[in-house]
Formats: sequence, C-alpha cells, structure tokens
Amino acid sequence: MRRLPLIPIFLLSLVVIAGIFAPWIAPHDPEKGELRDRHIPPAWSGGETAIKTVVESLSINDRGSSVTLKDALEIDSTAQIGDQMEVYVTPAGSTKFLLGTDHLGRDVLSRVIYGARISLIISIVTLGVGGSIGIVMGLVAGWYGGFVDEFLMRLVDVKLAIPLILIALVLVITLGQSLWIIVTVLCLFIWPRFARQVRGEVLQLKHMDYVSLAKVSGASTARILFIHIFPGTINTLIVVATLQVGIVILLESTLSFLGAGVPPPTPAWGSMVSEGRDKLAGGVWWTTTFPGLAIMITVVSLNLFGDWLRDTLDPRLRQLE
Amino acid sequence: MATSTRIQTDVVLKVEDLRTYFRTRWGTVKAVDGISFDLRKGETLGIVGESGCGKSVTMLSLMRLIPIPPGRIVSGKIILDGEDIVQVSEKEMSKIRGSKIALIIQDPMTSLNPVFSIGDQVEEAIRIHQDIPKRQVMSRALDVLRKVNIPAAESRVKDYPHQMSGGMRQRVVGAIGISCEPQVLIADEPTTSLDVTIQAQYLKLLKDIQKDSDLSIIFITHDFGIVAKMCDRVAVMYAGRIVEHGSVRDIFNNPSHPYTEALLASVPKMDQVVERLFSIEGQPPPLHDLPVGCAFADRCPVVMDKCRMEYPTQATVSDGHTASCWRVGE
Amino acid sequence: MQKYLARRFVLAFITLLSVSLIIFIMSRVSGDPRHIYLDDYSTQEDWDRMGEVLGLDKPYYQQYGLFLKGAFRGDFGESVREARPVTEVVIERAPATLLLGGVAFVFSILIGVPLGILSAVKRGSWMDTLGKLVALIGQSAPPFWLGIMMIFLFAVKLGWVPPYGKQDWNSIILPAITLGWYYAAANLRLVRSAMLDVLDSEYIKLARAKGVSSRTVILKHAFRNALIPPLTFAGVTIGALVTGSLVVETVFAWPGLGRLAIEALFAFDYPLLQGVVITFTLLYVSAAFIVDVLYAYVDPRIRYA
Ligand SMILES: Nc1ncnc2c1ncn2[C@@H]1O[C@H](COP(=O)(O)OP(=O)(O)OP(=O)(O)O)[C@@H](O)[C@H]1O
Ligand SMILES: [Mg+2]
Repeated sequence: MRRLPLIPIFLLSLVVIAGIFAPWIAPHDPEKGELRDRHIPPAWSGGETAIKTVVESLSINDRGSSVTLKDALEIDSTAQIGDQMEVYVTPAGSTKFLLGTDHLGRDVLSRVIYGARISLIISIVTLGVGGSIGIVMGLVAGWYGGFVDEFLMRLVDVKLAIPLILIALVLVITLGQSLWIIVTVLCLFIWPRFARQVRGEVLQLKHMDYVSLAKVSGASTARILFIHIFPGTINTLIVVATLQVGIVILLESTLSFLGAGVPPPTPAWGSMVSEGRDKLAGGVWWTTTFPGLAIMITVVSLNLFGDWLRDTLDPRLRQLE
Repeated sequence: MATSTRIQTDVVLKVEDLRTYFRTRWGTVKAVDGISFDLRKGETLGIVGESGCGKSVTMLSLMRLIPIPPGRIVSGKIILDGEDIVQVSEKEMSKIRGSKIALIIQDPMTSLNPVFSIGDQVEEAIRIHQDIPKRQVMSRALDVLRKVNIPAAESRVKDYPHQMSGGMRQRVVGAIGISCEPQVLIADEPTTSLDVTIQAQYLKLLKDIQKDSDLSIIFITHDFGIVAKMCDRVAVMYAGRIVEHGSVRDIFNNPSHPYTEALLASVPKMDQVVERLFSIEGQPPPLHDLPVGCAFADRCPVVMDKCRMEYPTQATVSDGHTASCWRVGE
Repeated sequence: MQKYLARRFVLAFITLLSVSLIIFIMSRVSGDPRHIYLDDYSTQEDWDRMGEVLGLDKPYYQQYGLFLKGAFRGDFGESVREARPVTEVVIERAPATLLLGGVAFVFSILIGVPLGILSAVKRGSWMDTLGKLVALIGQSAPPFWLGIMMIFLFAVKLGWVPPYGKQDWNSIILPAITLGWYYAAANLRLVRSAMLDVLDSEYIKLARAKGVSSRTVILKHAFRNALIPPLTFAGVTIGALVTGSLVVETVFAWPGLGRLAIEALFAFDYPLLQGVVITFTLLYVSAAFIVDVLYAYVDPRIRYA
C-alpha cells in the first residue's frame, strides 16, 4: 500500500475550508475595492522607481524603459517628449492586502478565497448531476446491451468529435451567463466518463452468481441494478469522481477565462486570470499568478489524491487516464 | 579412475549452491536458497514442486534473466561448458543465451511478440548468433520450423502469432529454442496450457529432437505423469531448495522425503496426464520468513523435534539418490 | 482489414451526421437567422424574400436537408461580419491552426514518448521523477494560465520570443508548448504504463532468452507494443488539440480557426461559427480515421482480424 498523501490532503482541506468559510476568512469584500488601491503588489514586495524616457506612444520593446507623454503629464505637467523622469514603477506592498490588489483595487487574497467557494459549488453540483446521469446511463447500457448500448457508445463518439467548448460558449452566449447554464454545460462534459466506467463494471458484474440469484428470486430490474450492482461499482466511482473534479475545475476556469463563465463580478479563478492578463506586460504579475496557482495546486492535489485512492481502492484501474 | 573422468566430461551444466534472493518490502524473499545439481549430456532432468517453490526463478537464474532489482544471484556457481556464467559480463551472457542455453517459457499464448511475424522471430534468434547471409538465415529458419513439425512452414512464416493455435505457437517457441543447437534446453512447464493430445505430441517432438541432437533438457513440471514419460532423473523442490534427488525409478519406487511421498500420494492413480494436482494439507512457509529448521516440518506427518531446530543434511539413500531429511538412514 | 476500415469509415460518417444535426438544431434554437442578416430598416418584403432564399418557409426536415446539401458542397452561407462566403474565410484561417496543431502534436510525441519509455525502463530514477513532474504539471495547470505565465517570463521579461501573433518562426514556440504540454503529459503516462506492462511480458522474456541485447529488446520488441495504447489515444488527442486551439489561439492572438470561432461567437456571426464547428469536426474525424489506419499498421491483430 502507498503512503497517505498528506500534503495533497492538507492542501485540499485548505481549499474546502476556504470555500465553506469564505465570508469569515476573507479579509476584504471580494467584489468591492477602492480605485486608489489599484495594483498594489503583494505585501512582501517593496516599491520600485525607475528613470524612464518620455515618448509619444509605447511599443512592446519600449515597455520598462519608457512612459507615454499622457502618463508623464499626469505626474509632471511640464513633461516633454524625450525627457528623462523618475517614475513609480510599482507602489510598495502593504500587509493590508497580503497578495496585492487588482485593477479595481480589490483584494486578490479575498478573491482567491471566494474563488474556492465558486469552484467548490460548481464541482459538487456538476458531479452530483452529471455523475448521476452518467451512472444511470451506464447501468442501463451495460444491463440491456444491444441497441441501447450501441447508441450510448455513439453518443460518446460524438461527444469526442464535437468541440464541446464551442457549443458551451454558444449556449452561454445565447442563453445568458448563469451558474446553472455553466453547470449544465459541464455535465455534458463529464457524464460519458461515468457512463463508460459503470457500463464496463456492469458487464462484468451482471454474470455474478449473486446477481443471477436475485434475478431468479424475482427482484425487479431497478432493484437489481441499484441494490445489487451499483454498490459493486462504488469504489471505482469514487476514484473516477476524484479525478473528474480536477477536470471540472479546469473546464470551469477555461470557460470563465474565455468570458463564458460565472458572470462578473463574482470572483472565479479563471476570470481573475483573464482580467489580469492585459496588465502582465506592465509588471502586474500577482493578479494572474495567484488565481492560476490556486487552480493548479487544487488540481495537482486532486490528481495525487486520486492516484492514491485508485491504488488503494482499486488497483485494476492503473490504466485509467 | 577412468570412469570418473568420463562422468566429468559428460556433465554439460553444473550448478553449485545457487542462491537467488529478491528484496521486497516484506523482507528478503529467498526464492532459490542453495541449489546444486548436475546435468549430463543427452539426459532429461525433471524439476517438480508446488507452485511458488522457486522452479521458474531457478531457471531464470540459469539464463541470468532475473530482474535486477529486486532480484540478485547472491552466491553460487553455474558452470556451463567449463565457464562460470554467474561471473561473465552481460554482453558475454547475451551471446551465450540462445546459443548454448535456451529457454522455452511457461505460456505459449503470450511468449511470442504479437507485432512480429513468426518468421521474423525465428530468424532473429538465428541472426543474433550466426553471421550468415540473409538467404541462409531464412532457410535455416524454415529448417527448424520443419523440425518442430509446423505444416506448410514456407507459407506460415508470414503469419502472426494471433493467427496460430496454441499448440502451433508453442512449437514456434520450441523452434526458437533449438534454432542455434544449444547444449541445454530449459522447458518451463511448456505444456500446461495445451490440451492433452497436443501435449502428448509436443512431448514426443521434444524427445525426438533430443535423440537427434544429444540435447540436455531441464524439464519443469507439476505433472508426475510427464516426469515418468520424459525424464531420466528428478529433483524435487520445496521452498527454494532441492529436498530429494534421484533417478525416476528411485523417486517413484522409493520416495525418501515425506514431501515426495505426499506429492506422489496426491497423484490420482489413473496413470493419465493430469494438471494441477498437488493437494497436501497446509501451506508452504513464506519464502521471506523461512524457519530455521526443515521448511516442511509444519506439514510433515513424521516430524521430530530435531526437524524444527536444524536444517537436515543431505543423506544418501542409495547410489545417486539423496534426500534432505533427518529420517533417512535412521 | 477492409472490414475494419469500412466499419471505422461508417462510424466516422455517422458521427459527422450527428454533429451536423446538433449544429442545425442549435442554429434554429438560437433564433431566426434573418435577425442577423437584416436590420431594422428592412421591409416585410425583404424578410419574406430572405426566408425563401434561406428555405425558412419549408418544414424543418427539409431545411435540414438543404443545410446538409449545402454542407456537402462546402457551402455554409455568408459570413455576416466579413460579408463573404464562410468557406473562404475558413480556408484562409485553417493553415495557421493546422500548423500550430501539427507542431503541438509533434511536440507532445517527442516529449511524451521518449520520456515515458525512459521513466518505465529506469523506474524510480531521477528520469522517472522528472517524467512524473512533467506529467503532473501538464495534467494540472490550466493551459491558458501556463501560456500567460510563459509569455510573461519568456517574452516580457527575457524577450526571447514575441509575446503574441504569428510573425517570425519563433513565435510558434510558446503556443505549441502550451497546446502540446497536456498531451505530452497524457502520452507520457500512457507510454510509461504500457511499457511497464510490456517489459513484464513473457515475449520480452523470450526475446531476452534468445540472446537479444537489452537495448534492442527495448527499442525493437517493447517499443512497438508500447506504442499501441498511445496510438489509440492519438485520436482523442487530435480532437482535443482542436478544442485547445480555442484557448491557446486566444491567449497568443494566433490567427487561426480557434480565434476565428471566438471572434465569430462574440460578433454573433452564426453562419461563420457553424462553418468553423463543422470544419473542426471534419478535422477531428479525418484525423481519427488516419489514426485508425496507423493503428492497424502497428498491430497485426487488427490488420488480419
Ligand atoms: N520479481 C520478483 N520479485 C519478488 N519476488 C519474486 C519475483 N519473482 C519471483 N518471486 C518469488 O519467488 C518465488 C518463486 O517463484 P517461481 O516463479 O520460481 O515459482 P514456481 O515454482 O515457478 O511456481 P509455478 O509453479 O507457479 O510457476 C515466489 O514466491 C515469488 O513470490
Ligand atoms: Mg513457474
């Protein structure tokens, strides 16, 4: 048996606790900020000034060594093109905003904490709904086989062939952005994984003696499926679900990043990355880095934890992606 | 004096106190723990014993194919053709494998590579050891395939393993084994997964090939029926050691180790070939936690106090018949 | 073999039909297409004439037939935004996506397969650890974030490559790595686990017993067998590379189909969007078909089934 993955479990607990207790933990309101607090760097970074040349407009190569005339005039009304002037590149960080602030002066730490809450809600609902649909489809396909089964497998094929993200985007854009639409779309993504897994298990379990016995003794099909077969698939399903949560979080953040996620100003990790990315070239790295790290740490932990679960509960699943 | 030198030169393979251990998380598994035997030219030595007693590990050690790690040959000598192959380099060893000592593995269904044609696989075995032109390699490959009685060998060389039956595949494996005319052929339960008639054909084939080429065979099996048919001498293995060793007649007529007796007693009395037959009370001790004394003590009907204290020394029952049991010679 | 390919072909065709049906339904659900073409100044007469031209006066099944007929001839109507045939726009943008996808695919193979083999052969070594790290990051880091971080580091801070667009040859490096990493990770895991199984197999033991050197055993006997699972996966990879291109092309402002789709989407240019979706599906289906053929080539059990 492998050692318990303590670090991933610890990190996952952090995310879950942050999600559940966000209002009590977060130091600031995640959706409100003062414009004068915008782009404050993380607490540990000192402010920085630099001598820059004033130019008419910035090209990519100038960034870092020049400022535009427009910006320069705000600091010194006598500035002219070609002047050298001392400019604040970044203000100093403050302990008030541990991870800094974004372009609207909102606290990045608080937003990351609330982001955990969004990810948590979406994962739970998607897994509950999408997982149940997949499980039922898998049970039915595995049990009845034949046409039903063939149809299900074709659906899975089609799912692979369609750029589902695009379909999702179309849905979100035509029907409007809302949590429910996003969950629906995410369910479309994940049900086949559950269906395939359960189907495979049912195909094996349905020839077991205790199943035949139940059939002979006149149990209804639904009863056999849910009382006799379904429990046999639970170990595997736990593993699949754990690994699938990671995928849901990645997908949700991708949708948010493309502008079709949870509507603003609600802080979702994906949209935070997207909002911050224009400012990256200007040296504002913290607004994109921290939410991205949050996604990555969560998903890494889920994958490591899932791998461990798989090895412990069900070594047969080693091949599973 | 004269006779003893004759016997000396007759021995093609001499194994002395071979020990192969595996390091696992439960401890050191002593899969082979001090085995010695001789193999003479043209003879067949049977090795029998329950599952897990270390038969396959012994054979893999002879081929130097123990996976390292976790395994290692910790001591002993394997003298083949006057050379101790425990000591030779890996490069030397790959020249010896297949040419002087060859192996036919347990499972014919999975021992051929599914993505190469059987012609390719036989030719490869020849090409590795003989520097001859391609045409000749091909004709040699056809020769050996004919030798193992593959019908229409010319057309079957292009076939892939999945297109052949289990019996045919096992013949191909046999063809690979004899393709370079080795001195020693190790057959590790080559027939367990074949049905009875095919099994009989295959065994006859091995016998015929042996007669033609003076090949020495080590035959590993669970099956005393096969031992009686195929072997000249038998070594009975238990928990990593040889507990009794003698001619087939000695072992059958005068089994001297209680384990051998129990094995023979558990053979159904129809003298037909039967698979998987041992059913002796109890389990062998785990190989990572062997007792100080005799490993069979806990299952032995005639166990004595002494058996649990000290491993029995090898006692001679008669000329060429030895057993490791304190009861012998009492 | 022929039977196998024929079956694959029919399945690919069914998939394509189903996708077209889904797209058709979605285009009708999302509203009357005349709203996109006509503005408030159009008369009722214009409205009706347009309906006739587009076949909207006919029952739905006939409309779908018309849609299919057009699709077969490569006619997806006019792009609203660009006021020229959708096909023209798509063909213009396709090469950039094919290039990016191709380079990313090669990257994922070049990283994933050798690293997977080495991880399996030298299990527990630093190579294996490196492999695990590459796989874990690839599997867990959101591609858009990975891309942004790489832009920040390699383009903004170090200035080694352009931050976006498709200019010099080196502008493809970052997008291709971003797009390919996830699949490099997937290939790595697949090859590693397949290789471990293969190395454990009886036929490898027999090859060694023949006297084949351990190097040749790995490169010749094990490699080809270990290629089978990742090859089965390649179909999925190629399909998902298409999806990935949406994100990556957006991050890197890469002028391909992915970005075109997003542009069309936010401009409500549905005909164009339809065209892109169908093109994506077509790309996926043909790639999957090629993979099936390759698969049969590597595995004789399929070739001669
Ligand atoms: N790679 C390995 N790592 C650890 N232990 C091993 C390894 N290979 C073999 N063993 C141990 O060595 C012992 C002997 O195995 P071996 O395969 O030689 O048995 P056998 O006598 O051939 O059995 P069978 O009749 O079932 O083939 C077993 O207990 C097994 O657990
Ligand atoms: Mg064995």
